[in-house]
Amino acid sequence: MVATVMSAAEPKAARRKAWLTNVNAWLLLLPAVVLLATFTHYPILATLYHSFFSLGRGGASHFVGLENYIYMLDDDVFRQVLRNNIVFALATVPTSIALALLMAVWVDKKMAGRSFLRLAFFTPTVLPMIAVANIWLFFYTPDYGLLDQFLKSLGFSGHNWLGDPSTVMSCLAVMVVWKEAGFFMIFYLAALQTIPPELKEAAAVEGASRWYFFRRVTLPLLMPTTLFISINALINSFKLVDQLVIMTKGGPNNASSLLLYYIYEVAFTFQDTTYAATLTVTLIAILAAVALTKFVYLDRRIHYQ
Amino acid sequence: MRQNGHSVETIVAWALALLWLLPLAYSLWSAFHPSEYATRFDLTASLTLDNFARAWRQAPFARYYVNTLMLVSLVLACQLVIATLAAYAFARFRFFGRDVLFALVLVQLMIMPDVLIVENYRVIGALNLLDTIPAIALPYIASAFGIFLLRQTFKSVPNELVEAARVEGASSLGVLWRVFVPLGKPTYIAFGLVSVSYHWNNFLWPLIVTNSVESRPLTVGLAVFGAPETGVDWSVITAATVMTMAPLLLAFLLFQRQFVQSFMRAGIR
Repeated sequence: MVATVMSAAEPKAARRKAWLTNVNAWLLLLPAVVLLATFTHYPILATLYHSFFSLGRGGASHFVGLENYIYMLDDDVFRQVLRNNIVFALATVPTSIALALLMAVWVDKKMAGRSFLRLAFFTPTVLPMIAVANIWLFFYTPDYGLLDQFLKSLGFSGHNWLGDPSTVMSCLAVMVVWKEAGFFMIFYLAALQTIPPELKEAAAVEGASRWYFFRRVTLPLLMPTTLFISINALINSFKLVDQLVIMTKGGPNNASSLLLYYIYEVAFTFQDTTYAATLTVTLIAILAAVALTKFVYLDRRIHYQ
Repeated sequence: MRQNGHSVETIVAWALALLWLLPLAYSLWSAFHPSEYATRFDLTASLTLDNFARAWRQAPFARYYVNTLMLVSLVLACQLVIATLAAYAFARFRFFGRDVLFALVLVQLMIMPDVLIVENYRVIGALNLLDTIPAIALPYIASAFGIFLLRQTFKSVPNELVEAARVEGASSLGVLWRVFVPLGKPTYIAFGLVSVSYHWNNFLWPLIVTNSVESRPLTVGLAVFGAPETGVDWSVITAATVMTMAPLLLAFLLFQRQFVQSFMRAGIR
């Protein structure tokens, strides 16, 4: 009896079931969708929208078309922070990757005290950037700081490391490399552990040197990891600005300012939210370009294992 | 010769490791010694907790601790619930608009709340939540990253287990709770550790939306306390710095393997 009813109502029942599945799924997704729409999608669109407006006197805004963008291209500070950001990325990304690889190779080997090495290299990763900035600030303090004391004991004179436009970026880059290298190390470590030991044995039988094996076998096998880390490090170099609040406030004379920090300054110190929106559009475009390169181009190329 | 090469390498590795620990070791030295030893190294220097006592007296660190603890637990609890429900829908339901919606979720992986500070400040203002702990948490509690990780995990759950639970009469939420959640435990731990570390350490957004002792997390409290214009003694600032990082650092030292594996699992997608 049940069977006949079912067969008579089958298309209707199937539709009803599909409809229920839809309702079920959308109810499960509702909290995530509402929150993502409010704090990710709406802000992205609002940023774009506000970048076409200008704050008039008394906070009333009016449409100005591309004026903010034209102003931005002429803004010397914008050009400088963008240049700084590129320099910062070029200084930190390859260095931390190279160091991370070196650390991973060491930790992966049966080296004496390898768990201590791993601990030492990874520890900076779990520390808050703000605490790290406090500690390094004192390293770089003129005369009193650890760096100057060390240099003085060697007979050099003191230097205002963070106050000198020609040294401030390098000082910050060294600190960021110190903080990040250990984080990237663990991805190399994971990848190294998947390389079959037979390869090494075969290479040894063939008489290949360790360096040759590393260059011709290990490095190519690590290529996907290297690309993955590069993308992450690149994105990070546009996100990491906490240290600037503590150490330099972007100074001296914007020499150490980065794009996100400039956005923060324009929005919350100069209160020019529409220009800050214009700058944010630029940052979003950069991040989207990096991410799209990853999705479209790299994800296809690197999965050859 | 070969042996020699190895031992030289070991020495270099150890030298780098010690150099890597130097900033941390230095901050501990300065925090636990009287301020006249802040820049002088003398093994006979007496140990003291005075710097911590002074930092604790001079700024409401107890309150900052409470705020940070409330913040990370609020963020984590909401993230886990929201991501679990969403990941379940993505992994196990066929519904209208699934792929488009998933792509929209992934947008947050490339444009994180960290860069949307200007507009999110407006949104939080419109919600009348400025200077509260939920204001710090809200932009982060729907985590695309968490949804992504859990979806991967849920997709690998064998169908037989789901069917078995269905036969026993479990509803779809019952199946989620009795089958998927227990099997997702390693993912939950990995995501939880990464999330707690991230929000314990997060700074720029909390700095922007908070403005009072009642809502400031530790990181912002430390920045306010250590600002050069306050003229606080260097050793006391270091003590405060150590206090800020101590809980996470201790957790890391105790559960080192778990931490490293979690960061690895969370990073390799």
